[in-house]
Amino acid sequence: MKKKTTMTVADSRRIAQEIWSLELAYAPGEAPDQVRPGQFAGIYPAAADLLLMRPISICRWDPARSVLRFVYRAAGRGTTTLTGLKAGDRVDMLGILGNGYDLDALAGRRVLLLGGGIGIPPMLELAASLSACKNENKNTQVTAILGYRDGDLFLKEEMEAFADVLVATEDGSAGTKGNVLDVVREKGIEADVICACGPLPMLRAVRRYAAENGIRAFLSLEERMACGVGVCLGCVTGTTKVDEHSRVHNARVCVEGPVFDAEDVAL
Amino acid sequence: MSVTIAGVTFRNPVMTASGTFGSGMEYAEFIDLSQLGAVVTKGVSNIPWPGNPTPRVAEVTAGMLNAIGLQNPGIDVFIERDLAFLKEIDTKVIVNVCGKSVEDYLEVVRRLQEEPVDMLEINVSCPNVKEGAIAFGQNPDALYDITEKIKRVAAQPVIMKLTPNVTDITQMARAAEDAGADAISLINTITGAKIDIEKRQFVLANRTGGMSGPAIKPVAVRMVWQAAQAVSIPVIGMGGIATAEDAIEFMMAGASAVAVGAMNFHNPYATVEIARGMEDWCARHGVERVADLTGIVAG
Ligand SMILES: Cc1cc2nc3c(=O)[nH]c(=O)nc-3n(C[C@H](O)[C@H](O)[C@H](O)COP(=O)(O)OP(=O)(O)OC[C@H]3O[C@@H](n4cnc5c(N)ncnc54)[C@H](O)[C@@H]3O)c2cc1C
Ligand SMILES: Cc1cc2nc3c(=O)[nH]c(=O)nc-3n(C[C@H](O)[C@H](O)[C@H](O)COP(=O)(O)O)c2cc1C
Ligand code: FES
Repeated sequence: MKKKTTMTVADSRRIAQEIWSLELAYAPGEAPDQVRPGQFAGIYPAAADLLLMRPISICRWDPARSVLRFVYRAAGRGTTTLTGLKAGDRVDMLGILGNGYDLDALAGRRVLLLGGGIGIPPMLELAASLSACKNENKNTQVTAILGYRDGDLFLKEEMEAFADVLVATEDGSAGTKGNVLDVVREKGIEADVICACGPLPMLRAVRRYAAENGIRAFLSLEERMACGVGVCLGCVTGTTKVDEHSRVHNARVCVEGPVFDAEDVAL
Repeated sequence: MSVTIAGVTFRNPVMTASGTFGSGMEYAEFIDLSQLGAVVTKGVSNIPWPGNPTPRVAEVTAGMLNAIGLQNPGIDVFIERDLAFLKEIDTKVIVNVCGKSVEDYLEVVRRLQEEPVDMLEINVSCPNVKEGAIAFGQNPDALYDITEKIKRVAAQPVIMKLTPNVTDITQMARAAEDAGADAISLINTITGAKIDIEKRQFVLANRTGGMSGPAIKPVAVRMVWQAAQAVSIPVIGMGGIATAEDAIEFMMAGASAVAVGAMNFHNPYATVEIARGMEDWCARHGVERVADLTGIVAG
């Protein structure tokens, strides 16, 4: 069930230049029954003149502690106000939002995770969930390629606990010089299915690559949002099929997404 | 707490503002829809409309801009899915209607004749579509003409929803009343724009959008007051309502009921909290009937 709740900051810290990690704990009895990788929450900045929530992907979910972890870039005013949070502070949050990944479509396969920049955080929870699948389905293989601007890496070590990790940097200061697809080509990485999150040009390239190589791909999209729950129709993305809600070719990223089969979206 | 508008009695004066609440399905997960005065649905047209390119929304100080462009599935799906859902809910239903031509509006109004709908709200005030809509709301003759034609075919009482993007709101309010409208509602959004100075381009793909949220409230209160002075039909007030006190302010300015829009995005419980807050306020101030507040500052 979706709700707006007041969360308590369990931890807030900088993990790279402009990149912050934020852990939010549910009050007792408030935690959701299930959190799927790829889902997100809407975090309300604590500033009286900012009305709208900021959609941030779930980077880790710890059901034992009822703690959600987010990793975000201080991009503008809303996210910058979050950087001032300290353990014990209260934050309003709308969640849990979006569809998330369908693990059944991934289990037992060679899964390639591609995360570009601030698209990396949701890949961590996905890798962790897939790693748990491995116990049931031994054929599940997880490789993650993480793309960064420069050598200021984040979440790489955490990712190594769940996947074989390769790195690309735009300036070549770590791993392969170039983007995540350059690593795929350089290392000749093969996969049955790709899950990707990152900037639009990267997602377009992944979509093309997957189509050319006959690989199924799931893309996690970003759009400007107001409501986060499907009522305002602000966050739509063009689709190849007629969408379920408005029967046009515009699906709501906040409800029908943010994870889409690459074949279903017209990027 | 009940109020009566054009013979329809609402449990309380708090409605949802069209386009900020879908048809209630999504927010039913957060609130009990039967605690609302009415659900006012997203604008529906005769055929599906795809809406505008994205970005469609942007945040501004204490408010937002939107240029959704009235994306909606059209009247067939709306009746089959949305009205079927609302029929089961114990609340009043007001259907917001949009169109590009007079005939588009009439087609939707006709299709709703036999449906379980309590009132119609005619959107002649959307700033985000190129044809129709706002053009009917910015010219008193066009507004009179479309209102009269809709009244001839409508089976339910008709609310004309007015735009603030005019020089003289009283002229529009009177045109609607003269043509037979049962009520008016205002304000729709105020046309605005936002520029990303780093990218040197408009934030919205549509360049301009409609502004809503707390920042527009004083403009809305002023216009509701002016319109209420000009006509004797009921006025439904909206624009930036965030609290019960805001809603009371609109009632005092002349509104018989109020609607909550963008604040639903900030707080999905806003509508029911405002309804409850109004009741408390009335109790604290010895106001027996909330309807007694309507227009008490009018002098
Ligand atoms: C489903 C989803 C998941 C996301 N996950 C993450 C994540 O895990 N980590 C992370 O750092 N960022 C993530 N983002 C992007 C993040 O939402 C924006 O960076 C953030 O909203 C910027 O807010 P701001 O106030 O700092 O910036 P401002 O530019 O001041 O924001 C102004 C308005 O634009 C919106 N906005 C600005 N940039 C974006 C954007 N890229 N996407 C959507 N809305 C935007 C804001 O929400 C706000 O309403 C995600 C976006 C979506 C849609
Ligand atoms: C995202 C969004 C969509 C809207 N869609 C409609 C619509 O379909 N029809 C309509 O008459 N008004 C529409 N409106 C206008 C609102 O109903 C309301 O008049 C306006 O937003 C002012 O109220 P507020 O400040 O409480 O939001 C929309 C507003 C928003 C923010
Ligand atoms: S953000 Fe409102 S529909 Fe997605």
